[in-house]
Amino acid sequence: MSERASVPKEDQTETEQDDDREPITTGAQSVIRALENAGTDYVFGVQGGAIMPVYDALYDSDITHVTMAHEQGASHAADAYGVVTGDPGVCFATSGPGATNLVTGIADASMDSDPMIALTGQVPTDFVGNDAFQETDTVGITQPITKESYFAGDSDTVGDNVSEAFALAASGRQGPTLVDLPKDVTQGETDREPMAPTTPDTYDVPEEADDTDVQEAVEALADAERPVILAGGGVIKADASPALREFATEYEIPVITTMPGIGSFPEDHELSLEWAGMHGTGYANLAITNTDCMLAIGTRFDDRLTGGVDSFAPDAEIIHVDIDPAEISKNIYADYPLIGDAKMVLRQLYDAMPRAPDADEWRERCQDWKSEYPMTYEMPDDEPLKPQYIVETFSEVTDDDTIVCTGVGQHQMWASQFWEFTEPRTWVSSHGLGTMGYGAPAAIGAKLAAPDQEVVCFDGDGSFLMTVQELIVAVREQLDITYVVLNNEAVGMVRQWQDGFYEGRRMASEYPWIPQFDKLAEAFGARGFRLEDEADVEDTIQAAREYDGPAVIDAIIDPAENVFPMVPSGGDNGLFALEESHLEML
Amino acid sequence: MPGPAPDERMRPEGRRNSQGIRVDPEAEVTHEPRQAVLSALVKHRPGVLAEISGLFSRRQFNIESLTVGPTVDEDTARMTILIEEPEPGIDQAKKQLQKLVPVISVTELEPEAVRRELALIKVGGEKPDDVNAVAEMYGGQAVDAATDSVTVEVTGSKPKIDAAVEAFKQFDVQEVVRTGAAALERGADTLEKHD
Repeated sequence: MSERASVPKEDQTETEQDDDREPITTGAQSVIRALENAGTDYVFGVQGGAIMPVYDALYDSDITHVTMAHEQGASHAADAYGVVTGDPGVCFATSGPGATNLVTGIADASMDSDPMIALTGQVPTDFVGNDAFQETDTVGITQPITKESYFAGDSDTVGDNVSEAFALAASGRQGPTLVDLPKDVTQGETDREPMAPTTPDTYDVPEEADDTDVQEAVEALADAERPVILAGGGVIKADASPALREFATEYEIPVITTMPGIGSFPEDHELSLEWAGMHGTGYANLAITNTDCMLAIGTRFDDRLTGGVDSFAPDAEIIHVDIDPAEISKNIYADYPLIGDAKMVLRQLYDAMPRAPDADEWRERCQDWKSEYPMTYEMPDDEPLKPQYIVETFSEVTDDDTIVCTGVGQHQMWASQFWEFTEPRTWVSSHGLGTMGYGAPAAIGAKLAAPDQEVVCFDGDGSFLMTVQELIVAVREQLDITYVVLNNEAVGMVRQWQDGFYEGRRMASEYPWIPQFDKLAEAFGARGFRLEDEADVEDTIQAAREYDGPAVIDAIIDPAENVFPMVPSGGDNGLFALEESHLEML
Repeated sequence: MPGPAPDERMRPEGRRNSQGIRVDPEAEVTHEPRQAVLSALVKHRPGVLAEISGLFSRRQFNIESLTVGPTVDEDTARMTILIEEPEPGIDQAKKQLQKLVPVISVTELEPEAVRRELALIKVGGEKPDDVNAVAEMYGGQAVDAATDSVTVEVTGSKPKIDAAVEAFKQFDVQEVVRTGAAALERGADTLEKHD
């Protein structure tokens, strides 16, 4: 079982000691040198006026630049690269529209704490503030959605800014950073080597939790009759999945993941209840509702997970492990806060735990819920194709380390529900921001991050259309990605809500004018498949997988199919609806 | 899909309030807002005020006043931020503030901390002697006088300034500017990193 899905990185010290490199003469060269020193292999971006000096410096570098069709694609590709490798993905854009086009991807990375660094061109410093051609206040725009946005004002220190931004993105609670690069600064002369990647001196990263706090927490957990572990994306970010497996199996505590935490614990393990939340499994949501002690690790208790906070784990004492103190008691009050790195704190908990909780009956009840509320779907013979069947079939034929990317919508939920995830860093999706269009470019970033692993992208017709132009990048780079468009001619999740909560008034949610995606794929130079019959599912999947390059399966699915179980927004997790008619009861 | 419908499922009693806080159902805790004085040392560099004020606005903290100025260390500025929030909000504001990269340290000052605000009050110039007398009552002084206006400076706590402004209303107040509070802990305590 590999903890990190990417290929191993080169030894960083080797790069740093490489004295054969040309001396630095410009700010732009020091920017590139800083990226090289930090171990950057790939940069995703789009050329433009103000960033041109940086691209010119990239000409002489071994860093591979991947030209994306749109800057939004660059930021999502960099984000996915960061998710899969654990190291910051890098994206470039020019000033003005280039920079603003990155914004969605930066916000996405921020919500999901994905390590990423964005470098944006800026008009020369003399022009800044004058509404110059292609000028925007990039630092001002991005400040709320980055860990830090830097305005690089000096050719001598611009490399230091990039080094610091890189280190900051990767450390502590990870996230995006940005460095805005005025053209005169990158063109300006300097012979300064950038400093090694170092976080700013005001930035503290907690490591181990306080021992007394750990002791109190383990005693509460050991005394519990109905314990659960809730594993969030932070477990994966901290490379703490093996530690989680060890802890959960040793003390026999059922494990629920959040949606970003998918892959942190193997879903085929008997202690796994899979993931909880709005469209999570019934058994996970019931376990959350009925637990008396929850060990929550690396989760920020997002409202899609908790539903209404007053009905979230109402009987439970909460032990909350997080590297970010600001997450403690932000949404859900923590009875036992443990601030520290998930991997280290899990080790502390493991060592301090006095005994396994006496929870045979509880584990049995969790198993009963599994059989009482299985994740299933109906598939009558004469019905149109069911999306769940496609996902399930695909999941069965691939290896455990296959990476699944998605857009946002119903298809995303089906992918997360019916694919069996067993490895961390194999689930690449947009969670907090819910960015439609994330999938197509994310798959490109994921494939370049892990060229030896299979990459499949489930997308919806509405979501795919938002960034479909990135297919040209997959074709140009000859990336072996299988795109599956679960096509129901609608923004399906919106339509589902309109049917459930707006009396079926389907305002602007139906897309009867979409293109034929198999033909569109062929137009881009990819391979296109059209899938309409259940009998063809397996063969079409195999054919697409066997094609050495990007393939797009346009899967025409049952437009009446909706995503269940469902906890209505702000609702009670224990009262999930299993079908449309249940919604009226809630 | 099989399994009982929502209304047939077993549900626990529940011991959380609407803020997600586990409570004794017999005595549900509600948090009344209170005023807190936060003092923050920050890196003195362009954009830091925007970053901090942006944090307060986007996270919907109810901010009363915010003052900022340099310290003896030229690389450091000090901010005094008055907020009115329930306890969890104050806690959250402190933590979010501490999270910002240019922030060196954050402390909530004790209620007895030294708090001062400055006001400049411009009133009509018809009765300069009377204006001066009122100013002296509040420990202030006239700092500018013209034929038709007098400007008075008053320093002190917020209630004192409120009272002064009220008192000057008898002279036709033309303009008022107030700084918001600046505050320091009493005694030898200072706001250092890792305190």
